Amino acid sequence: MSFIHAEYPVASGDYTRAGEASADIKRRLKQLGVSSMVLRRVSVASYEVELNLVIHSLGGQLILDVDQDGVRLTSEDVGPGIPDISLAMREGWSTANEEARSLGFGAGMGLPNMKRNADDFEIESEIGKGTRISMRFALT
Amino acid sequence: MEQVKRYHSVRLDKTQCKGCTNCLKHCPTEAIRVRGGRAHIIDERCIDCGECIRICDYHAKVAVTDDLSAIRGFRHTIAIPAPSLYGQYKNLRSISQVLDALKCIGFEEVYEVARGADVVSRAIHEKLREPGLPKPLISSACPAVVRLIQVRFPDLLPHVVDVRQPMEVAAMIARQEFCRKHNCEPEDVGIFFITPCPAKMTAIRSPIGQEKSAVDGAISMMEIYGMLLPHIGKTVENPTPSISTSYGIGWASSSGEATAVCPENSLAVDGIHNIIRVLEEIENNRLNDLVFFEGNACMGGCVGGPLTFENNYVAKNTVRKLVDSGNKTHPVNDVPASLMTKYPLYNDLPIEPNSVMKLDDNLMVAMQKMERMNKILEDLPGYDCGSCGSPTCRTFAEDIVRGFANEMDCIHKLKDQLKVMAQQMVELAQTKRE
Ligand SMILES: Nc1ncnc2c1ncn2[C@@H]1O[C@H](COP(=O)(O)OP(=O)(O)OP(=O)(O)O)[C@@H](O)[C@H]1O
Ligand code: SF4
Ligand SMILES: [Mg+2]
Repeated sequence: MSFIHAEYPVASGDYTRAGEASADIKRRLKQLGVSSMVLRRVSVASYEVELNLVIHSLGGQLILDVDQDGVRLTSEDVGPGIPDISLAMREGWSTANEEARSLGFGAGMGLPNMKRNADDFEIESEIGKGTRISMRFALT
Repeated sequence: MEQVKRYHSVRLDKTQCKGCTNCLKHCPTEAIRVRGGRAHIIDERCIDCGECIRICDYHAKVAVTDDLSAIRGFRHTIAIPAPSLYGQYKNLRSISQVLDALKCIGFEEVYEVARGADVVSRAIHEKLREPGLPKPLISSACPAVVRLIQVRFPDLLPHVVDVRQPMEVAAMIARQEFCRKHNCEPEDVGIFFITPCPAKMTAIRSPIGQEKSAVDGAISMMEIYGMLLPHIGKTVENPTPSISTSYGIGWASSSGEATAVCPENSLAVDGIHNIIRVLEEIENNRLNDLVFFEGNACMGGCVGGPLTFENNYVAKNTVRKLVDSGNKTHPVNDVPASLMTKYPLYNDLPIEPNSVMKLDDNLMVAMQKMERMNKILEDLPGYDCGSCGSPTCRTFAEDIVRGFANEMDCIHKLKDQLKVMAQQMVELAQTKRE
């Protein structure tokens, strides 16, 4: 069975490269002929999750997996972890710093948007260890 | 890959092409390849933006438009000038001077596309106030931008406004008013758009969002510029009055449309590569607090069209003066409500995605091709030098997978291969001697 697997390292605080991983993911999905509806949802979610790695994490990676059933996006980082996930999931909740806010981030909408756009959304986090988010998008 | 033969205004003049690679990298849809010593335009990908026309030092890229003699095929003719035409004449005292000059060179009647823009402005202005629209709504005025979205941003098509282009609306009004006034048949009237670009010519021959264009042909601004010049400023007995508002005229330059439809919360961007960057942002949902996005493929807007004569900054300034001295009534108040229902102002066909970027219709096969493509890419040097004839190493890998290129078309790969072969020859020669 054929599938696509790609890993994108994302560095903490690297705003000049922010968005490159999700741009490449979009490009690939367009080449695979993923429908516009799905594409739109993956675009939003992959950008949000990538930017969270840049803004909030100590570094991590974004992983793309595609098979005939769907698209999976996984984000893994090495810390600092989220103390209260239900709080982080709340619309408007943000701990973004001044720099991120000056660039227009920090509305506290990223995680809620990911959950809204993905068909399955899982998040787990451990303080001092890291956060892992996994999203699945059905292809039809 | 579907091989639909599409009409394109942008063509290659084989006799002029030197086979250099200048155009390759400037094409926003990677539609050009150099093979066998000259450029080829991939029809399915070309959006007729005219970037290659601007960049080619050898003038090997041309825009095909109608010859002025085409107007002889009709009993009656109407010129519909794009407002950017006004910007071509620096010392213009009034728009009437251009309209009268058009009559002097043989058109029976003129109708301003700027007036069409007034009507479209009102239609979009009203549309933007409907609830539940995707944000931002994207202008459909520049056909090159709409085609760019079809090819590279298919997921943004629901954002594109479904209101017809000013030139279409102007043509419908012009034809109907002329026929009523002169009591003649619609097909006896030939309507010719005075165009700043190949994109509009293509939009007439293969319309987007409608079956058939209301416009019969397009004459290049570049071609007509000099013919009109001697007639500009001549005194005529009954000068043709300009009937458009400053807002409609303003469409000639970048941000003119945005100013007319949504000055409170819109963004206007000019230049096709700048537009790509903003469309990426829209895809990422970074601009969802914006109501309207206007993109013009050309720098400065249509005044910078590939078929214009005057420098786009000078033309923009000329248009600005006309806007300043024009009728400032907003189209919402100036365009009669009756006009809004009299003509079909909306598209009757959906704007479909162009699937040319797809590697295969079958997802499984597409994934296999992508795998192969990535393997090939890993082995390429990554110089993006273009000497293989593809714009980047990545597109070259894609071309190989699609069956349009061969790995040894890469001179760096070839060089490595030759080195190996030379080594083998040396070894062979040595074994013989022993
Ligand atoms: N990978 C992560 N590591 C640590 N904390 C995170 C991570 N992702 C999110 N968070 C925390 O969750 C909060 C909410 O994230 P969310 O993406 O919803 O909003 P935001 O990034 O602050 O703002 P926006 O996404 O609207 O720009 C963040 O402010 C941060 O405290
Ligand atoms: S900006 Fe105007 S002149 Fe340029 S391609 Fe678009 S419609 Fe044509
Ligand atoms: Mg976020």
